[in-house]
Amino acid sequence: MSKEFEPVLIGFTCNWCSYRAADLAGTARVKYPPNIRLIRMMCSGRLDPTFVLKALAGGADGVLITGCHPGECHYLEQNYKALRRYLLLRRTIAQLGIEPERVKLVWASAAEGVHLAAEITKMVEEIRELGPLNWPKWNENNGYKSSLPVQVEEVSS
Amino acid sequence: MSSNGKPKFAMYWADSCGGCEIAVLNIHEKILDFDANFEVVFWPVAMDAKYKDVEAMEDKSILLTLFNGAIHSEEHEHIAKLLRQKSQIMVAFGSCACEGCIPALINLSSKEDFYNTVFETITTVNPDHIRPETVVSMEEGDIYIPEMYRVVRSLEQVVPVDYYMPGCPPESPQIAAVIDLVIQVLKGEAELPPAGSVIGAGNSTVCDDCPRERNVKKIKKFVRIQDIEEVDPNLCLLEQGIPCNGPATRNGCGALCPSAGAQCIGCYGPAEGAIDYGARLMTAFASVIDSNDPDEIERILDTLPDPAGQFYRFSMAGSLLRASKYAWEGK
Repeated sequence: MSKEFEPVLIGFTCNWCSYRAADLAGTARVKYPPNIRLIRMMCSGRLDPTFVLKALAGGADGVLITGCHPGECHYLEQNYKALRRYLLLRRTIAQLGIEPERVKLVWASAAEGVHLAAEITKMVEEIRELGPLNWPKWNENNGYKSSLPVQVEEVSS
Repeated sequence: MSSNGKPKFAMYWADSCGGCEIAVLNIHEKILDFDANFEVVFWPVAMDAKYKDVEAMEDKSILLTLFNGAIHSEEHEHIAKLLRQKSQIMVAFGSCACEGCIPALINLSSKEDFYNTVFETITTVNPDHIRPETVVSMEEGDIYIPEMYRVVRSLEQVVPVDYYMPGCPPESPQIAAVIDLVIQVLKGEAELPPAGSVIGAGNSTVCDDCPRERNVKKIKKFVRIQDIEEVDPNLCLLEQGIPCNGPATRNGCGALCPSAGAQCIGCYGPAEGAIDYGARLMTAFASVIDSNDPDEIERILDTLPDPAGQFYRFSMAGSLLRASKYAWEGK
C-alpha cells in the first residue's frame, strides 16, 4: 500500500458525559484524529449490540462505545448494562473471526475531554495496526426483507 | 392451470433435513383438501419428477412453491432461480429458507475445516485423502457434481421471496391454516396477506406465549438444563440460569419447549422488529446477569461456553454479519 490505511471508527457516545467530553475537547482545541464518527445516544445503556454489528457489517473498522464512569450514570445504572452487553458482544464477535479489540468500551465524564481525545487517538492507532476489517458487502439481491425501507419514528421537533 | 384444471404446487428441499416435508404430511386429513385443490407437479421427496420437467414448464405456471432449505451449492441456487421463474407465489418455508437454520452454522467455520472434519477425522476411513471434486473424469466421460459454496445463504439472499414461514419445522396446525387460507383465496373468499409478510406465525415473542412466571430475578451463572437436578416448573427458565432463547424468538409455536420444561432454542427466528436475532438475545442475556464488576461478569460469561452458537443457532445466514471471517476467507 502506497497510502497509509485510514481506519473508519464509529463512536457511540452518551449525551450526559462523553458527548460533552468530545464537545469540551473541541472547545479546548484538543486534537484527535478525524477517523472517528461520533453518534450521540441518550445513554450508553441505549446501545443495542445491533448498532455495533451493523457498523462492522457496513464498513467500519472499529467501534468505540463511551459512557459515564461506573456509579455516575444519569439513569442510575444503565452503564452497567452496557458493560455486560459489551463483554458478551466481544466474545461473540471473536467467534466470528473479528478481533475483539475492534470494539472498545471507555468511560469518560463530561470533564474528561483530554482523556477522551487520548483514548480516541490510541484506538485509531490500534485499529490502524490491525488493518482494515473490510467486511464483505454481500450480494443483497432483491428479497423483500432487504428492500424494505427502514421505518423511522416521527418525533415532533 | 393444469390439464385437470387444478392449480399447480411445488415443494423443494435444498440444504435441509427433510423435517419440513414431514411437517407438511403431519397435517393429517387436511392433506385430502390439499390434494383436492392442488396438482403436485414437483416434490422430490414425495414423487418422482425431473428438473428438466420443471424447466419445460411455462413461466409462472406453478401457483404455489414451498421452498425449504438453505442455499449451499450450485444446485440449490439453480433450482431456487428456476422455481422462482416458474412460480407465482414463492414461500420461504421453514427456518433454513428463512434465515439459514442449522446448515448455516457452517458459516462459523471455513470450508477447509468443514472438509477436514468430514473427511479426515477419526470416524472416517479415508486413506487416499479423497475430497469432493466438481468434475470427475471416467472412461465413459466426465461426471459433474455441483460445487459447494463457502457460505450458506438464506433463500431471500438468492431470489425474491413472497412470504416467509418460519419454524424448524413450521408447526403443522400453522401449515394447515396457511393451506386453508390459500384454498379460500382460490375460491375468492379471502385475500392474500401483503407481499413480504411472515405467515403462519405470531407477531410477538415466545415469552408472550410462555406460561412461566417472569420476575426480576438475576443470576450468578448459566447452567445447562441437563446439569440441573430439578427445574422449577413455574419460573422463567432464563431466570434459573438456563440459556433460553425465548425473549428474541418469534411466537407461533405456542411456546411448546418452555411449557414442556425445555429451553427455547429459537427455531421460529427473529421476533417482529428484531434486525439481528443474536443482538436481541445478547441484550436479554446481559440483563439477567447479576453483577456490575467486569471480572465477575467475565466469570459468569465463562459459564456460557459458545455464545455465537447459542445466539445464532438458527439465524446465522440471516444475521447482519452473515458468516464468520473464516468462512468467507476460506481459511
